[in-house]
Amino acid sequence: MNITKSLDAKGLACPMPIVKTKKAMDTLAAGDVLEVFVTDKGALNDFAAWAQAGGHNILEQKEDGDVITFYIEKA
Amino acid sequence: MEKKRTTIVLFSGDYDKAMAAYIIANGAAAYDHEVTIFHTFWGINALRKQQPVAVKKGFLEKMFAKMMPRGAEQLGLSKMQMLGMGPKMIKHVMKKHNALTLTQLVEMAQEQDIKLVTCTMTMDLLGLQKEELLDDITYAGVAAYLADAEQGNVNLFI
Repeated sequence: MNITKSLDAKGLACPMPIVKTKKAMDTLAAGDVLEVFVTDKGALNDFAAWAQAGGHNILEQKEDGDVITFYIEKA
Repeated sequence: MEKKRTTIVLFSGDYDKAMAAYIIANGAAAYDHEVTIFHTFWGINALRKQQPVAVKKGFLEKMFAKMMPRGAEQLGLSKMQMLGMGPKMIKHVMKKHNALTLTQLVEMAQEQDIKLVTCTMTMDLLGLQKEELLDDITYAGVAAYLADAEQGNVNLFI
């Protein structure tokens, strides 16, 4: 997996992880992959819903302690 | 593809309710919706400048201006106001959890091109003038709100 860009949204509260992710995605091209680190507990459901609404593909997600990492491929 | 649309009427001048409105609005903008927040009645106070602005006013308007909160950070809570202790406590907790303040949420909304609309009729009732509100606000009435809302996918009254 080629990561095009990485975003650290750890410690940020709702709605900032999604707002920052959206901004980062806007700078990418279709097929690019964004890596996002978050600690907001709501992110698991938030990112799934947000990615689906935008047609983006969550390639992989993992949880390591409090940190959740998403790899999102831009539609 | 036509963008989806979210419209929110912010009637309340409570800090917590305004926060909820602005969090949903910012989230909707991140969802790539076109977002409008229509401020009416007490909700307009969230857009007041924190500094007093010298404008010509009658006696009643001056009284209103004094009694209403001047700007987002002066708003009270809908619950647990406790003579001003409540807002202090909640802001402390918000800081701890890295939540944005209402002021920051309003700034973020403007950065995300959320359309902030103020109802001119209630502005007149409350004696507020454009100079007293933040820059880049749209001034309109119910028809402009309905024009946005009738195409809306999400409509909220807070």
